[in-house]
Amino acid sequence: MNDKVLVIEAGKTEQQYFRDLWRYRELFWFLAWRDILVRYKQTVFGVLWAVLRPFLTMVVFTVVFGKIAKLPSQGVPYPILVFTAMLPWQFFSNAFSEASNSLIGNANLLTKVYFPRIIMPTSTIIVSLVDFFISFAILIVLMVFYKYAPSWNILTLPIFILLAFLTAMGAGLYVAALNVKYRDFRYIVPFVVQFGLYLSPVGFSSNVVPEQWRLLYSFNPMVGVIDGFRWAVLGQSLNGTSFLLSIGMSIAFFMFGLWYFRKTEKTFADLI
Amino acid sequence: MSETMIKVENLGKCYQIRHEGREKYKTIRETLARKISSLWSPSQEGKASIEDFWALKDISFEAKKGQCVGIIGRNGAGKSTLLKVLSRITEPTKGRIELRGRVASLLEVGTGFHQELTGRENIFLNGVILGMTRNEVARKFDEIVAFAEVEKFIDTPVKRYSTGMYMRLAFAVAAHLDVEIMVVDEVLAVGDSNFKAKCLGKMKDIGNNEGRTVLFVSHDMGSIRQLCRQVVLLSKGELIKVGEMQEVTSYYEAMSTHENNENVPTKIRKPGNPNYHLNKVELRNTQGLPCSKFAVNEIMEIHLWSNTQAPVGRYTIEFVLYNSKGYRISWGAANPIQNTYFDKEDTHYVCKLGPLPLTTGIYSFTFVVRIWGMERWDMWEDAISFEINQCDMFKTGFEITSGEAEFMINQQWEARNV
Repeated sequence: MNDKVLVIEAGKTEQQYFRDLWRYRELFWFLAWRDILVRYKQTVFGVLWAVLRPFLTMVVFTVVFGKIAKLPSQGVPYPILVFTAMLPWQFFSNAFSEASNSLIGNANLLTKVYFPRIIMPTSTIIVSLVDFFISFAILIVLMVFYKYAPSWNILTLPIFILLAFLTAMGAGLYVAALNVKYRDFRYIVPFVVQFGLYLSPVGFSSNVVPEQWRLLYSFNPMVGVIDGFRWAVLGQSLNGTSFLLSIGMSIAFFMFGLWYFRKTEKTFADLI
Repeated sequence: MSETMIKVENLGKCYQIRHEGREKYKTIRETLARKISSLWSPSQEGKASIEDFWALKDISFEAKKGQCVGIIGRNGAGKSTLLKVLSRITEPTKGRIELRGRVASLLEVGTGFHQELTGRENIFLNGVILGMTRNEVARKFDEIVAFAEVEKFIDTPVKRYSTGMYMRLAFAVAAHLDVEIMVVDEVLAVGDSNFKAKCLGKMKDIGNNEGRTVLFVSHDMGSIRQLCRQVVLLSKGELIKVGEMQEVTSYYEAMSTHENNENVPTKIRKPGNPNYHLNKVELRNTQGLPCSKFAVNEIMEIHLWSNTQAPVGRYTIEFVLYNSKGYRISWGAANPIQNTYFDKEDTHYVCKLGPLPLTTGIYSFTFVVRIWGMERWDMWEDAISFEINQCDMFKTGFEITSGEAEFMINQQWEARNV
């Protein structure tokens, strides 16, 4: 151990970053574990809360879009159509909000100990992922209830979960870094999340969007994620170009968030 | 045998200070508003308000294996910044540090402790946050619990712990870190004396028996004396002295008593007469010796010097006394209070002040020179500070601090029964 020399020099810390990331991997899991533990200890409903929220939203959307607006669902029971989109959307919005606030929420840690800062926002996403898997149970119950069998495409579902993860992480990293410098960004996050719910095809199928607007619509990275989910779970058809564009946007979000975070990371402890 | 574990070379850390806002963070609203307003008045809001501030300048020292090196200096000397740079929380602006081995920074006891989690959960969480692996924590677990004396409460959330238990547990985790280098900031400043003694003992062990290197910051000369053989003295970001404990600590103590005599550059100087200003101030006790610590009811002499003779005759000097919270608590002047004026050729002024009715704390003086008719020549803000270190005015064995009273009044109590 003693022959390992760590050199700290202005501007040279970059080189150790990825080695450190590996060294601190346990911290990543511990922070996630802490958040999960605290979350389910403090709330009375605990697990129920993770289940109830998407379920009630789904009921409302089914009534509003399915029953009142009578939007088409391509032969899929409307509650299932909504819920397959609700799952990734809830995951994204929770993960994005939690990650955005993670740095200022843990300011005491940032100013007192060193670790690769990226661990902080990323580990909070794990909590949302746990919530996601819990609410996934509802989907199974719904499918059993409506006797709707999933297609074999479901095996590709992990890819779309990863895609949602990357999108949330990119957006989360970006806003988390901005939050350190500009505190009023935290007011923007709930707004984006609320707006995004209606901008993304959660309550309706993206086929409802007129053909000429499709491409523009696909600039929303969550369109690709949600369409992917519906393709994987319900076997609905995909619009190739807009799907690829949307996936490209997800990856671009991730890359940009990562780049910005890494660029500003060094100054966090001085600014926060 | 004595391998160099920490090598610091020409280390510098520069912060950029913005003068317009107190807050380090901004809001996008403010930034936009400023950008827009600077569109038509670009000269006012600009880069002029950003100033470089070197919190550390050209620091070099070494620490060997098994050594405990103390870092001392007054508030703002750069001690904490040095620890932050060493523990990689913030990057240096200049220079180079070589660290041989893993570093654990203990800048605060209980970093990352979560109130809702149990003692057991917190031990693991805190251990990992401080840089241990899960297995290492598990191996040390029993030792940690035994040291903290919390066996019975190990599965109780720490929010139900007493402060003492909480501190013991937090220190225990940190003290059992299996690292080669430990960086410790003022952790012993809290807790009861039993706990302090125990921590000091453990810290001594860490250095002497376990062969680890410790960098230790403290205001408490007692703990520095007990723990450290080598001491680094910092002042205003610069390294003043490094060497044997005895030598450096006595130098530091001598420095703190004389510190106020040195010609401190004024922070804020309101423009007045460009050729005349106060340039030296000294506080003396009744024996006429320079002093920065006074007891309640002591008499103080303020000595002031100006750089040249005043261009005109008949002027007065005022003082304003501030407490450490920045409140203006007293005022005095040669005129009108005493109807004394100074004359053209005067360059050395003395004010006998007291008995001081002040409670323990730090106080500072601002001086103003005025010509007859209230024109201000010179204003020297925050020119000198002093400490009231004893406030047992009525000899009761009970010290009164500024938390209890700002100043003391003579009092007589009696019962008057009808």
